[in-house]
Amino acid sequence: MLHLKLGRVGCLLTRRAMVALTDSGARLSTHGHHEVSDQLDMSQPMYWDRLDTPLPDRPWKDVLDATDKSLKQKEKGPWSALSKEEKIALYRLKFNHTYPEMKRPSQEWKTVIGGMFIFFGITGLVVIWQSFYVYPPQPPTFGEDWQAKQVQRMLDMRINPIEGFSAKWDYEKKQWK
Amino acid sequence: MSYSKMSLAKPVMRGLLGKRLRFHLPIAFALSLMAAAAFKFGVTEPRKRAYADFYKNYDATKEFNNMREAGIFESVRPTGK
Repeated sequence: MLHLKLGRVGCLLTRRAMVALTDSGARLSTHGHHEVSDQLDMSQPMYWDRLDTPLPDRPWKDVLDATDKSLKQKEKGPWSALSKEEKIALYRLKFNHTYPEMKRPSQEWKTVIGGMFIFFGITGLVVIWQSFYVYPPQPPTFGEDWQAKQVQRMLDMRINPIEGFSAKWDYEKKQWK
Repeated sequence: MSYSKMSLAKPVMRGLLGKRLRFHLPIAFALSLMAAAAFKFGVTEPRKRAYADFYKNYDATKEFNNMREAGIFESVRPTGK
């Protein structure tokens, strides 16, 4: 089945994934088949509005009325004979959204950021509760006295006396440099 | 339905990698050499000087005795205990 043209999409998306990523524009098209359910028939050529794949397998309007059909006939002649409105009408027959319409901004980022902050807040509450009810008592090595004795012992042992810890201690004046 | 032929200039098809290398390789070499020089004169030379200065007037016996008096050794206790 791999030789099927997957909507000429140059990536590894399946057709079903592509439908999931496009609008519901494909479902709202005036396609001529009568399906009771809202299920998209994946065995038929599909329409899509995508920035990266500009030319779908079928035009937006498949079922043309008389005026549309006469316009399509006129399209077969020289295009300089078409008026501006006719050219726009032909575009709208073939495509649902224009590129600016496809790129229109949504307000989704507010939901995303808001949801992020909500979860940060919940996590913060969990962390605070943890610090009261979960953590064991702190080891004695964290106390002030212990830390002071530890620093003194490190200086006595001459830890890193050239460029590091003890190098910053003045052994004559008994103070930090 | 005939149009007058409008054509764009043929795009460059060859020598693309060579052009990119001629541009980027000198820059890459220059930046790498500068990074090496900066590390040498910012890190290794000061470090060599710090070690030289430390050991210029280093008296190992005196340091040992100071450490012994501080009581950190287990094989020799401070004098007088």
